[in-house]
Amino acid sequence: MVTKPLTKNIDMSRPPLDINAYEANDGYQSIKAIAAGLSPGDVLQVVKDSGLKGRGGAGFPTGLKWSFVPQGDNAPKQKYFVVNADEMEPGTFKDRLLMEGDPHLLLEGMILGSYTIQASVAYIFLRGEYKASENTLRQAISEAYDKGYLGKNILNTGFDLDIILHTSAGRYICGEETALLNALEGKRANPRAKPPFPQVSGLWGKPTIVNNVETVCNLPGILTYGVDWYHGLTEGIDHGTKLFGISGRVKTPGCWELPLGVTIREVIEKYGGGMREGYGLRAFLPGGGSTDFMLPEHLDLPFDYDEIAKVGSRLATGTMILLDDKTCPVGMIGNLMKFFAHESCGFCTPCRDGLPWVDEIFNEFESGRGSEKDLQILHEHVDYLGPGRTFCALAPGATAPLGSGLRIFAEDFHRHIKEKRCPYKH
Amino acid sequence: MAEVVVDGVVYKVNPDNNMLQECLSQGLDLPYFCWHPCMGSVGACRQCAVKQYRDADDKDGVLVMACMTPATDGTIISIEDPQAKDMREKVIESLMISHPHDCPVCEEGGECHLQDMTLMSGHNYRRYDKKKITHRNQYLGPFINHEMNRCITCYRCVRFYDDYAGGTDLAAQASHHHTYFGRYEEGVLESEFSGNLVEVCPTGVFTDKAFSENYTRKWDLQVAPSVCTGCSVGCNTTPGERYGSLRRIVNRYNSEINGYFICDRGRFGFDYVNSEDRIKVPLTLNGTGMEAVSDEELQAAIESYRGADVIGIASPRASNESNFALRSLVGHENFYSGISDSEHEATQLILSLARDTVFNFPSVREIEKADAILVVGEDITNIAPRIALALRQSVKNKAKELAEGCNIPTWQDAAVKELAQHDRSPLAILSSFTTRLDDVASDVLIDSPSALPGIASAIAYKISDKAPSVNSNENANSRIADQLVSAKRPLVIAGSSAGNIGLIQAAANIARALNDKRGEPIDLCLVVPEVNTIGMSMLVNGTNSLGVALNKLQSGAATKVIVLENDLYRHASSTEVDAALDKANGVLVIDQMPTRTTAKASTLLPSTSFSEHEATYVNYEGRAQLSFQVHRSHTSALPAWSWLSEQQREDIDVLINRCAEEAPNFNKLDNLLPDLNEFVASMKIPRQSHRYSGRTAMKANLNVHEPKQPVDDQSVMSFSMEGIPVTSDTPVLGAAWAPAWNSNQSISKFQEEVNGELKQGHIGELLIERNESGDYLDVTTPKVSDSGLQLSIAYQIFGSDELSAKSSRIQQRMTDAYVAISPSDAQSLGLNQGDEVSLDSNQHVAVACIRSKIKEGTAALYCGDNDIDRHALGATIALTKITDANLSRGIKGLIVSDLYEEGC
Repeated sequence: MVTKPLTKNIDMSRPPLDINAYEANDGYQSIKAIAAGLSPGDVLQVVKDSGLKGRGGAGFPTGLKWSFVPQGDNAPKQKYFVVNADEMEPGTFKDRLLMEGDPHLLLEGMILGSYTIQASVAYIFLRGEYKASENTLRQAISEAYDKGYLGKNILNTGFDLDIILHTSAGRYICGEETALLNALEGKRANPRAKPPFPQVSGLWGKPTIVNNVETVCNLPGILTYGVDWYHGLTEGIDHGTKLFGISGRVKTPGCWELPLGVTIREVIEKYGGGMREGYGLRAFLPGGGSTDFMLPEHLDLPFDYDEIAKVGSRLATGTMILLDDKTCPVGMIGNLMKFFAHESCGFCTPCRDGLPWVDEIFNEFESGRGSEKDLQILHEHVDYLGPGRTFCALAPGATAPLGSGLRIFAEDFHRHIKEKRCPYKH
Repeated sequence: MAEVVVDGVVYKVNPDNNMLQECLSQGLDLPYFCWHPCMGSVGACRQCAVKQYRDADDKDGVLVMACMTPATDGTIISIEDPQAKDMREKVIESLMISHPHDCPVCEEGGECHLQDMTLMSGHNYRRYDKKKITHRNQYLGPFINHEMNRCITCYRCVRFYDDYAGGTDLAAQASHHHTYFGRYEEGVLESEFSGNLVEVCPTGVFTDKAFSENYTRKWDLQVAPSVCTGCSVGCNTTPGERYGSLRRIVNRYNSEINGYFICDRGRFGFDYVNSEDRIKVPLTLNGTGMEAVSDEELQAAIESYRGADVIGIASPRASNESNFALRSLVGHENFYSGISDSEHEATQLILSLARDTVFNFPSVREIEKADAILVVGEDITNIAPRIALALRQSVKNKAKELAEGCNIPTWQDAAVKELAQHDRSPLAILSSFTTRLDDVASDVLIDSPSALPGIASAIAYKISDKAPSVNSNENANSRIADQLVSAKRPLVIAGSSAGNIGLIQAAANIARALNDKRGEPIDLCLVVPEVNTIGMSMLVNGTNSLGVALNKLQSGAATKVIVLENDLYRHASSTEVDAALDKANGVLVIDQMPTRTTAKASTLLPSTSFSEHEATYVNYEGRAQLSFQVHRSHTSALPAWSWLSEQQREDIDVLINRCAEEAPNFNKLDNLLPDLNEFVASMKIPRQSHRYSGRTAMKANLNVHEPKQPVDDQSVMSFSMEGIPVTSDTPVLGAAWAPAWNSNQSISKFQEEVNGELKQGHIGELLIERNESGDYLDVTTPKVSDSGLQLSIAYQIFGSDELSAKSSRIQQRMTDAYVAISPSDAQSLGLNQGDEVSLDSNQHVAVACIRSKIKEGTAALYCGDNDIDRHALGATIALTKITDANLSRGIKGLIVSDLYEEGC
């Protein structure tokens, strides 16, 4: 039984499989199933039944998202399927593995998704710096056209699909799906108001689905091996496998495909090899830069969306950033704040003008000039930048490590003020 | 109607709006920046945060932005909730992080929305003690100052300039807290509506450059409700005066006409009023020179213009009162039109169409409701700019329709735009050259002046076969015809500026054909060049054209002429005018500025300009409006009617009442006069704000005693701070102001509802009654010879209007006279871009302007202020390259989209 549907073809010591080798390992079977008569409604039902949740961070059920796309005679004829490959979340490098390691898996998933919502054009919005991914994807797209999986009348189904690879000019905010759509249209990458959601009015005002790379890569397996197989991959509440990653001072940082529900301890100790000699685990961000800190006491929790939410954080991208006991937590949070402040699109006030203030305050702490007043202002900004206050989720994401960090590392902040220096510097 | 609850009080509101708009409509105070009544919501500034509750049992609530919350039935919000108040205070604190706090030296101070909102939100102590962000400012041309450091990044400027007004050269650049609003490089802002940035910007980033250079605080300006005299739209304005000079003009809200926006001609074309060149004292000819005379001699000179041999020539830029006074003086039969014969004929046709029951002459607001438009041969942007801005909104009706289909509220500005993308309501333009509206047009048909009436007639025939039949290009026309027929509210636009009456006839036929199909009155917008072309023409006998008047003088049938505020050389050939005036026994000219006509005067009387007198004007739709006097003239100038009246100081109210009684169709004119019975304790309306300062000091260099304020016995307004407070229900709204609302945003306190009519009314009176039924017209096709280039007349917003063109700011944007030709015609004539050419080999010179989208074989002549004798030119024109004219300005700075460049 296939247990690693996302990475079964990946071996980073060699180039990715070409289309023939990919086909030989059950590749494009799902497209052949479509050619054999699987309707868009059938695919939608399978995806709904699978319980697949979006892997980009929010964890929204994929089938439900697709079902919002208006269908029927009154719906707009043109629809778009967009893959969000603008992977820029701090500490996150999972989509890159998929695109560099097995690009055809993504294309197969895109064809499935596009077919389901009847989109005749699909885009890959790729982070500009992902040059290697660009090369593997271009090669794979060309092979898929040659084999008739893309283009007009795919495998005589009457379904047409073109895939366009768009390399981004590079902003973190382009990972926000509506900002991504604006960027794709050649406009400023500001997020759009929701509602209307992209499923109703998306790219060029037409119904559009935006899915994360990893989400899309789950689709071929689900369609090829079935819902029961998919549910059998995990024992917990959530279904399917997930790419988990670690950056930080473990012995073997990296990215692995594991069933959802695996414990955090297992990922860190078994796959990450545990902490390096001389370093202890202080805390960790479970799913990238915009998640709340978790503590060693949470290590035995399973990586499930709801389980992580219960302790106030988010599974999000599933790629952890570990904070060890020799690194200044204030400096770590400050580093993240600098990133978020710089990546604000500048559209709404709290994010645009609040985050730089937060960043400035961390600079003061770093150089030993932090004050109680500054600390108070940081605390205020946790609320001020929170959900509902800002236009999109960027600033609320930034408050996750900030808010939890201020709580957990309160003593470290006070030491910075008292000692007028960073206590971790020698 | 929906019922919503705000802080425990139930309000009946319009569910199609958002909560911010409805709160403001209810008179509540809720701070905001990015929302604008005309531009809807985008949710950028987060200033209008309120607490929303699911139901009466919800005690926690969530913070939402009022501007992004629909006012649906049952909505419960709290403005006073402590968390919401805290959020609003914090937003201001953020916005002010890098703001320079330079209010004392900032032009916006005292009318700054940011100041008002800061106070309203409660933020007062600056906690941010880090480095501020600073920006470099740009040179943006003669109209607008740029001070980016004051920016609070509300995005209103680009939303107005680009999204609303169709500009392309101002953009949001960079990101995060470095976001910058400017041009990609320094240079003149290209949009004809750039001046509105001054009012759209909630703080002092974009300020009025002319005003800055001769600055005074808003509260120190003496103001009065006025009407722009720059074109025939009649936008409402508020001019402001201090120390005897007119300092600036800002928009004055009028729900039917200009709403919140005016054009740059109207805003910046006024300082001729302060010009040293103004005619200051009465002069009479003595031997070879003009000299000042005693009152008795002057009276005698004026008295000599009585009698049957005196004729009067009217003026399209003079008020109804002045024209009427002249008509009363010389007699109706001796009162002649002051516009060219072709324009006179066209305007008389427009007046007859105005009485026809099958048409509606739409207001600007009605134009914005059109969802299929055909423009027949008018360059609207340069003739009636505010209408061009309205058309840019009409084409968005398609987007609104799509949004409604997707349940997206139309106030969700960005969402509506993103949904519709480039899907617009159809706008078809027939023209001899490309116009500034082409970027939003669905069809642009460029053809020669002689071909256009035929093309338009074919559209009429396509719509209804009752229209006169014609043969023409069928394909393009049927598309336009279908669009007009299937629209909810079609609109046909034409006008007299092109000097091609066939265009008006054909446009009227199209509208009549639509009426045949639909049975309802059809919007037919016919624009004319000047502020009171319509009013003047309503007073003139149809047979009394200017040509007849000039003939009468030349033949000796009349021996004396009174020329009212009119440079006749702009309306007839110099040969004809010279012959007439040289023959006349006496030429009495009344005007504000010297012209070629005043140079021919034997008696020259100075008249007041628009801001120095009270007057009424009739706009393109037949709407009469009252414009108040702002300040007194410091010269011997009098309102022109005053020189012409029996009792020289007749009250203007008496004159208006007489005009209403005596002149047909003017019977509603006296409705414009404020009803004195409505005034509290017979107090007047102050022209000065309650904060007006320095009254004791401002003349102390002359006399330390405070002078008595001048008494205005002519008007319901006073030259004083005293009178009915603006916050009371005054029958006339001077400058809008309300407690805590010092900026122009205070207008919402005076509207029935946001975007609604002012509580004072103020929309004017439509004078012309529709009670005639006409028929299809025979369409005149201009006769042209085969040789030379077929001539059409081009207009420029900056330069074509006589008086505004004398303003220093407008002068800086003006080009020399030019003649636009196609690249192929330029090649065959051996002309390059910018070459000087003589017209028909006479002494008149223009600059060759080679445009890629002008019909071959045609030439579009723009006259500017170069004294081109255009009425001497025929229907075709010959161009000869010359080298020794040395025109100083050339066509540098001309803003057209299709200026030809070699190799393009």
